[in-house]
This record gives sequence, structure tokens and C-alpha cells, in this order.
Amino acid sequence: MSRFVIPLCLFLILVVFLALGLRHDPHEVPSPLINKPAPAFRLSQLKDPTKTFSADEMRGKVWLLNVWASWCISCREEHPLLLEYARSRAVPIYGFNYKDKREDAISWLGELGDPYALSVSDLDGRVGIDYGVYGAPESYLIDREGVIRFKQIGPITPDVWEKTILPLVKDLNK
Amino acid sequence: MNSWQRRHPACIFFLLVLFSVPFSALAKEAQPSAADPVLEKRVMNLSKELRCLVCQNETLADSRADLAEDLRNQIREQMKAGKSDKEIIAFLTQRYGQFILYNPPVEPTTYLLWFGPFVLLLLGLLLLFRYVKQRRELISEQPLSADDRRRAETLLKTTPGKETA
Repeated sequence: MSRFVIPLCLFLILVVFLALGLRHDPHEVPSPLINKPAPAFRLSQLKDPTKTFSADEMRGKVWLLNVWASWCISCREEHPLLLEYARSRAVPIYGFNYKDKREDAISWLGELGDPYALSVSDLDGRVGIDYGVYGAPESYLIDREGVIRFKQIGPITPDVWEKTILPLVKDLNK
Repeated sequence: MNSWQRRHPACIFFLLVLFSVPFSALAKEAQPSAADPVLEKRVMNLSKELRCLVCQNETLADSRADLAEDLRNQIREQMKAGKSDKEIIAFLTQRYGQFILYNPPVEPTTYLLWFGPFVLLLLGLLLLFRYVKQRRELISEQPLSADDRRRAETLLKTTPGKETA
């Protein structure tokens, strides 16, 4: 009897580890920026490059910074949802146009609709590095003190929106 | 075009593809700019220790991903500005986390990673030791009886050639 107990236990441990491994997406690298101040930036606005926008201007508000680009395929998938979320006015969404061409970005928004209060252009991806961006789309939920509270890597799914972002926004707005 | 070529256009295409692979692979390797070979070497050496987050099995040095190029540029700039490798690594881990390091630092969260294999090895040795000891106790020595001794002696007396054959 005991001859089988040890191999069985080892097998079960292995199964647990493999099962955990299956649930874990290696492409989701946890951001060290969670609960840290959002890196400061001042970038020109996408639609009016003569104007700039800085993260500091959002002090006192809970807001969502969404990294997107016209070349990003998953952004296209996320976009209709963002439009819906923007219409719900649950949280202001600001666009972070990452390593894109200005014309491409503007025509993309023209074609698909613009969910953003405004978008800033990070043409060379420099500020993106400060935010630890390694692929679009990514979204940062930033609180009233300018601290990053949550980062979504990849498209925001309805599930994430309902179960994580909305409750967090409600909590942070208290 | 000879008959073989006419009959096997697919083969020729295949061969062409086969031969073009090594060249395209070569072309994809990041070219160090010739501007400052010493600096470039430093950039390359450091980026060999860093993971490209887009294609996670590649180092920053090997990767042709856009982000890898940007990060190499970042590293180059910071080196030009006189930052040490340590400072640059701190800069990157602050933004991308320790996942960017191919060589994870030894700290409480990585103890299992660093020392786990040794613990397993020790455990294995312990089990092996116990097993061997147990077996030794099981096999108690039995003195030869006079009968056995006589049989052994006759066996030893016979020619070795016969026995082994």
C-alpha cells in the first residue's frame, strides 16, 4: 500500500504545479509600478500637438490611462468596449498613443470612434518605457493622489471591467 | 531548365528557402553601430543579461523587437551619460520588474528558485542513505555451513575454464 502512496503524492504535487502553470500567462509580467506614483510626463496632445498634457493635471481625479496604437491589433479588439465604457462615464479614459504616426492615429480614431477625453502622443516610446509598457494595449488605473492602482496588460475584457476596474474606481472615489 | 528542374519546381523553391534562412538569420542580428566600439560592447554585454519582454526567450541583445531596440538605445544613452551598469539595471527593474533580469537576485522571494534544487538534492541523498542503511540491516550475514563450505571448495577446485564456459 505505502508503495503507492509516495509516487501518488508526488504525482499529485506535479499535477498541482502543472495546473497552476496552465493558468498563468507568462506574457503578463506583474508591474513593479503598482502602488507607486505614476511617472510624470508632459507630452503633446494627439489632435492638437501645440497643446500638451501632463499626468499632474489629473490630480484629484481617478482616471484610466490606456496605451494604444493604430498598429496594435488587440487595440482594435478592445476599442468597441472602450467606447462603451467611455459612454458609461464611470471613469475618464485618457489615451496614450504609443509609438504611432500621428496621421495614422487620428484616422484610426476617425474610423472607429474616439473613446478618449484626449490622447497624448508618445512618438518615440520614451515615456512608455517609464511606464514599463511592453506591448499595447495596456491600461493604468490612477488614483486621486496620482498613484497607479491597477494595470491591465492586454485588452480590458468585460470581466476585468466589471469585476476589477469598476469596484476599484468606486472604492478610490470614496 | 533541365528535366529535373521541370519536374521539381517545389524542390527548387524549398532549396531556395532553405538557403535563404541562414542569411536572413544573419541579417536579423542586431548590428552594433561603429560609432564607438567600446561603448557598443558595453551596451551589448549588459543587454545580454536582460530579457526582452516582448519575446521572452530572447535577450535584449538578440531581439529585434521594437521595444528591445528602444531599450538598447536607452542603455546606450545612459551609459553615455556616465551611469554605471548597476544604475541602469536599477532603472530598468524599477519599470519592468525583476523579470527583465536573466539572473534573478538572491532575495527572499527567489530563495526557492536558488536553493530549491539543493534542498531536493539533499532530500534525495537522505532518502538514498536511509534506503541503503535499511537494506543493509535486512541482509544479515549468514555463516557458511560445513556443507556449503565443502561444496564451495569442490567448485573452486574444478578448472576455471569449465565454470565460465
